[in-house]
Amino acid sequence: MTVLETEVRDGVDRETVETVQAMSGTYKYGWETEIEMEYAPKGLSEDIVRLISGKNDEPEWMLDWRLAAYRRWLKMEEPSWAMISYPKIDYQDQYYYAKPKSMTVKPKSLDEVDPKLLATYAKLGIPLKEQALLAGVEAPEGERRVAVDAVFDSVSVGTTFKAELAKAGVIFCSISEAIREHPELVKQYIGSVVPPSDNFFATLNCAVFTDGSFVYIPPGTRCPMELSTYFRINAENTGQFERTLIIADKGSYVSYLEGCTAPKRDTHQLHAAVVELVILEDAEVKYSTVQNWYPGDENGKGGIYNFVTKRADCRGDRAKVMWTQVETGSAITWKYPSCILRGDGSQGEFYSIAIANNAQQADTGTKMIHLGKNTKSRIVSKGISAGRAQNTYRGLVSMHPKAKNSRNYTQCDSLLIGDKCGAHTVPYIEVKNTSSRVEHEATTSKVGDDQLFYCRSRGMSEEEAVALVVNGFCREVLQALPMEFAMEAQSLVAISLEGSVG
Amino acid sequence: MLEINNLHVKLEEEDKVILRGVDLKIGAGQVHAIMGPNGSGKSTLSYVLSGRDGYTVTGGSATLDGADLLEMEPENRAAAGLFLAFQYPVEIPGVGNMTFLRTAVNAQRKTRGQEEMSAAEFLKVVREKARTLKIDAEMLKRPVNVGFSGGEKKRNEILQMAMLEPKMCILDETDSGLDVDAMKLVAEGVNALRGAGRSFLVITHYQRLLDHIKPDVVHIMSAGRIIKTGGPELALEVEHNGYADLLAEEQLAEAT
Repeated sequence: MTVLETEVRDGVDRETVETVQAMSGTYKYGWETEIEMEYAPKGLSEDIVRLISGKNDEPEWMLDWRLAAYRRWLKMEEPSWAMISYPKIDYQDQYYYAKPKSMTVKPKSLDEVDPKLLATYAKLGIPLKEQALLAGVEAPEGERRVAVDAVFDSVSVGTTFKAELAKAGVIFCSISEAIREHPELVKQYIGSVVPPSDNFFATLNCAVFTDGSFVYIPPGTRCPMELSTYFRINAENTGQFERTLIIADKGSYVSYLEGCTAPKRDTHQLHAAVVELVILEDAEVKYSTVQNWYPGDENGKGGIYNFVTKRADCRGDRAKVMWTQVETGSAITWKYPSCILRGDGSQGEFYSIAIANNAQQADTGTKMIHLGKNTKSRIVSKGISAGRAQNTYRGLVSMHPKAKNSRNYTQCDSLLIGDKCGAHTVPYIEVKNTSSRVEHEATTSKVGDDQLFYCRSRGMSEEEAVALVVNGFCREVLQALPMEFAMEAQSLVAISLEGSVG
Repeated sequence: MLEINNLHVKLEEEDKVILRGVDLKIGAGQVHAIMGPNGSGKSTLSYVLSGRDGYTVTGGSATLDGADLLEMEPENRAAAGLFLAFQYPVEIPGVGNMTFLRTAVNAQRKTRGQEEMSAAEFLKVVREKARTLKIDAEMLKRPVNVGFSGGEKKRNEILQMAMLEPKMCILDETDSGLDVDAMKLVAEGVNALRGAGRSFLVITHYQRLLDHIKPDVVHIMSAGRIIKTGGPELALEVEHNGYADLLAEEQLAEAT
């Protein structure tokens, strides 16, 4: 194991950043939807677990699975190894189930969904509409169609393009629906990548997950459009616990996008999700996230605590997975999208941009577990710290005895803006065979005064200059995103750093 | 165009005076050269005019077409028409040269309340201007100044100048680190931009750049002041005799 740490101490560019100004006012999604909600009683107990299961009309086996997880969770301890600090979370002082009253009777189609909810997503830039399709007429050029599953607090309010996807054999629906409609698939795969005993937050999720997305791509099928989930937390004092399960059968392909936002609130809110990807022989999954949960104000008041377990299992030979994440939001990010490279010749990639400004804390990275022979992995991590933020890359590369001739390449770059923030790199490397190769490169740099002056002397404002330099730093990762997502991410990078120089 | 009156400047962090009363007046369309030994304050003058941090103006003024330069942020000075070609152009990894240029052009337009240049129009203009400077398309795609040779960096500065169309251009030792051929190319680029009321302030150690960019007026700077002003022949005089004679003359004048 190698531990390498970089901290900022000296030589901070004079005047580059003296004070970190308020970021308040710059978070675009901090508004709230006024809508009548139905809550389960506050707190967590077996009764709450039963209530959630009952609300989703789940079969007995699902409830038993949840209860077993809950009982296990009661004996577990919250992990403390990450480089983050926060006051103790009171798990009894929040709601575990909140749904709009208008969702009590499940809408049969998108037309029946509460207009307030539709308006919410429209305002977020995610219209829950399927373009009117005329026979034989293609979508207008440049207009890409993306199917959306929209999750609002504890429930999925609607999924677009379901019928069209079904024609290709693709199942795309909320996970609560999948549990009812496709129990054989769910039963076979749920918890098979992230077992219910995996970790404190994942186990909690197993007990109380309320909804999420489910995808099944049949053998040899290239999913005809990109799929996405948009998570919105709206209710106060409510945790969001969603679960995503994606199964890419032999020789299939899907690109999946995930976005998330929440209103500005003075109190912290917990988000503990689990994402499982099962990738069979010759299949490929691209999973891209733009995480923009409310980060809290400049003093660290409010913001989402984001404790997420994401893992892909390349179960078949030559299976491929690519995680791309742009983490700009959340007061705390604790997230390590990982790849189990079980199949021979399977490949895992992880591209990450993590931005921490003001009082944000991010401890994020990946695990590449090489089990099969000739497996390959690549990690490109770009951490950006500003304000008083702490940003840690934590990653494990593990070459097991049978993972002969496997390779990993890791590149970890940290960029610092100002002299009160920190960047840390904590790579763990285990190699248990002699034919594998692991490479690790790490750099730490600062946004230089001379770079900013150069840009400003050409007419750019200071903030334009910072955004340009930072986007340049992130370029390799931005390029890994689907194009329209990349544009969004690029402007998000600029917004997240607003007020970071002054 | 540019008018500098009795400008006094010291370093912000230490008590070191760099400029001790600089007077300079450059008319529209004129080319002035400033020569002088190391440490005379030439580069400081260019930095102070363009608004770099780290200097304190303790007296005097500098105006561009009557507007007070010293009160403006660097980006507003640029939008007002001031351009500094850097002695050491800065590298910006990951940012394509083209993106950089377009961001700069549109930032200035925005500040001036003009419409942004469309991608298509921009592309057309930049290709045309790059061609005259013998900058190939590949160089436009590379990250700003990263891995550029000395000559490429300086040509890139001139390309930026050509795209931004400033009215007052300051060239800070643009000839440093260039071989004769590269210097010629840069000088041709500058000459192509002369006229149309555009003024230049060329800062250099050596007369040879002035063989290619012919100045109207030559100033000699020493110890933070302009000690002598003349025509192009002054540059030749320095070339032959060095600065020593001029400095001695100046000291004598001060003593009496």
